[in-house]
Order: sequence, then structure tokens, then C-alpha cells
Amino acid sequence: MIFHPLGKYILLLKAVFRKPEKWNIYKKEIFKEMDYIGVGSLGIIAIISVFLGAVTTVQTAFQLVSDLIPKSVIGGIVRDSSILELSPTISAIVLAGKVGSSVASQIGTMRVTEQIDALEIMGINSPGYLILPKIIGAVTTIPLLVIISIFLSIIGGYLAGTLSGAVSSQDFIVGLTTGFIPFTFTVSMVKAVMFAFIITTVSAYQGFYTSGGALEVGQSSTKAVVISCISILFTDYLIAQLLL
Amino acid sequence: MIETKNINKTFGDNHVLKGISATFKDGITNLIIGGSGSGKTTFLKCMVGLHEPDGGSVMYDGRDFTRMNFESRIEIRTEIGMLFQGSALFDSMNVEDNIMFPLNMFTTQNRKEKLERANFCLERVNLAGKNKLFPAELSGGMKKRVGIARAIAMNPKYLFCDEPNSGLDPKTSIVIDELIKEITEEYNTTTIIVTHDMNSVMGIGENIVFLHNGEKWWEGSSKEIGSTDNPELNDFVFASKFMKALQKKP
Repeated sequence: MIFHPLGKYILLLKAVFRKPEKWNIYKKEIFKEMDYIGVGSLGIIAIISVFLGAVTTVQTAFQLVSDLIPKSVIGGIVRDSSILELSPTISAIVLAGKVGSSVASQIGTMRVTEQIDALEIMGINSPGYLILPKIIGAVTTIPLLVIISIFLSIIGGYLAGTLSGAVSSQDFIVGLTTGFIPFTFTVSMVKAVMFAFIITTVSAYQGFYTSGGALEVGQSSTKAVVISCISILFTDYLIAQLLL
Repeated sequence: MIETKNINKTFGDNHVLKGISATFKDGITNLIIGGSGSGKTTFLKCMVGLHEPDGGSVMYDGRDFTRMNFESRIEIRTEIGMLFQGSALFDSMNVEDNIMFPLNMFTTQNRKEKLERANFCLERVNLAGKNKLFPAELSGGMKKRVGIARAIAMNPKYLFCDEPNSGLDPKTSIVIDELIKEITEEYNTTTIIVTHDMNSVMGIGENIVFLHNGEKWWEGSSKEIGSTDNPELNDFVFASKFMKALQKKP
């Protein structure tokens, strides 16, 4: 049952990466997508990141009941959990909702209103024209969003810790700067790129093969978010297992 | 000229097209008519490659379209203009950008030349000055006319129209029909129109192919259609009271 859609997905990707008709047109579309996905998602990513860091700090402090464990550990835990898990994964899940549903409904609407047929009649490789700029836009901007998210998450953690008195400023900074493993950042970026690819391609696939009308466009959009989220979590586990 | 030979198309257990062979000549308006579900739109989609026929061939001036791969088809596709039932204008682009889109993709013209061509096409469909409007700001008839302007932007050799009158009032329908006929004669295009609008059939039907249950049932002109003794065609043509009244007149 899974093999038929998987085959269609692979064939769609093959068509997406066909040589573009005119790079200039594609370039314009790529910049539009980078603006929509990157700049357009900055606000929501900033808000959730600050709270993610803050919650991590407060909850870690709550669990540190032993006097044998120094408070500076909190800084290290916020740093590592932000870099390795919270920023890439939670950001990706939020983006699956925001960007994924938009991609699926946009392409789905184009399908049911025959706009994709119009592209094909003109001799344009419609998967390439519609999906490739979204993939490039996402894989270039989502890692940047994740970097911003890591930064803001740590700031959120620092503020929550120091303002609530859970950890002193000095302890937090000591924890933050001790025992940093640069490879964790590489893992985070690998996750970000993979998640960006999943969000755009899964959503575009759902939209591209929509048939029917407005109801089906809505269903495709919902499916896109659900399948993207599950795929993100599965890939998250896979990357963690393979790289760590 | 477009020739189809023994076109077959099946969706699951539903045999939609049953060996349709037809010839569509240049410079005249060729109509494909038939009741709902008779296979008209599927036949049109098989001709332009939106559906792959299960069997048979589609020849564009001797070039076998059905045997071509994606890259080889591009050459023929740049010679095709198509007007869709819902116009299929790109929502994110204004009228001017919609018309210039195929020029941007497939020509090396500079912006000024492309703009001149877009303006010429808009004037041709009596929409001069509407360049900056978006599809959401257009009426149904205007959308159809922009669709025609976009279809003729590349000087097509083959023009396909899927239900060009659907959703339009009778007066606007006649304007669209006449526009398609004028363009066909002016550019000597091979024009194929899918319709079930009897005004179009009687007004611009120079060569008419009637489909019934996925088969070619009858072929002729608008002059011959009124005097045919084909029962299925008569049922279709004289379904309305108005047409029945016309039939009874000596």
C-alpha cells in the first residue's frame, strides 16, 4: 500500500530535478520562496524559540534537587537540547504547519483550477517550476532559521533562569561555555536540511496529486502537515541513531 | 492538421474512449460535441498530452506526438495554445504577466518586445489597458478573453478550447465564439473546440465530430447537422424546446 505513493513521490522528485527551462525565471521564484519561508517565518520561530529555552531552563532547574549537581549544568542542558533537538525539530514541526499547509494548498488549488495543466500545455516542466524553487528556498533558509532559533532559545533560557532566580547569570554562562561539542551543531544542520526537504517535498507531493475541488485541497493540506510531522520525527530518530 | 488514429483510453474499468479516429484541418473551427460523459474532454486531453492514451496515435502535421518523450514534446507544445474551461489564469500574476509568461519561458525577446506582444494580444481580444488587473478582478468573460490572449501570445499553430462558453451569458458566448473563429482564420490555426453549446455548434461549427459513449458517432458540418437522421445526434441537437421548434419549421 505504501509502495505506490512512494513510487509516485520518487518519480515526482525525478521530474522536479529535471533541467530548468530558464534559470532566470527560476531564480526569481527561489528568492520569492526564500522571502516567504525564511523572512515570513521569522516571527513565529522567534517566539517559540524564546519559550522553548525558557521552559527548558525552568523544568531542568525543577528537577535538579541534588546539591551534588552544580546549577551550571542548566546552561549546558539548555544549549545541547536547543542545538540537538528543540530548535531543529520543534521549528520543523511548526514550519510543517505553516509552510507545508501553504505549499500543499497552493499547488493543490493550481491543480484543481487547471493552472498546472496550463503550464504543461505550454511545455513547462510543472513539477520543476512549482516545486524546485520551494525546495531550494526551504533548504537554504530553514537552517538559518534553526541557527536563529538556537540563539534565541539560549537567550530565553538565560532570561528565565536569571529572572526567576533558578540559576545565576554566572552559573548559566559557565554551563553554556563548558563542554561544548561542535559536532552537535553539524548534526543540527543536517537535521535542518533534511527537515526542510521533507516539509517541501511531502507537501508539494500532496498538493500536486490533488484531484477534485476545494474539499480535497483542504484534505491534501491536512495530510501534508500530518505526514510531514511523522516523517520529521522518524528522520529525527534516524539521524540521531546514525550520527550520534 | 491534427489526425488522431484509433485513440483508446480507459480509467479503471471505465472504457472512456473507444478507438476514435478523426482529422482536424487548418484554418477552420473543428468542434467536438457530445453529451456529458461522452468523452469529449478526455479526447481533447489525450490530444494535448494531459492524458496518455492507452492505444492509438495523435499526429501533429505528420509528427507522432504520442511516441515522443517529454523533451521532444516541448517543440510541439510551444506551438499549442489552449483555452481552459475555467480559464486557468495564474492567480499570482496580473493580466500582463499571464500573457507574457510563455514568452518569458520560451523566447529571447527583451521586456519591451514582450510587452508589445502582450499589448497586441490584449487589443486583439478587446481588453487594451487591462494589463495590471489580477484574475480575481476580472469577470468570467474577461477571464476567457485573457485566456485567449495568453493562448495566442506565442502565435500558435494549434488552438484548443475546452468549453469556451461555459458559465457565460449568451451574448458574451457569441463574442468569444466569434473571436475564436476570427483568430482561426487570421492565423490559419488548427482549432479544436470542445463544447455542448448548440449556439456555438450552429454559429461556428465548420467541422463537427459528435461523440457518443466514447465513440465517434457522426461527423459533418453545422449545415448538415440539422438534417441528419442519426437518432442519438438528433436527441442531442434537438434536446431543447427552442431547437425542437426550429426543427419543426419547414
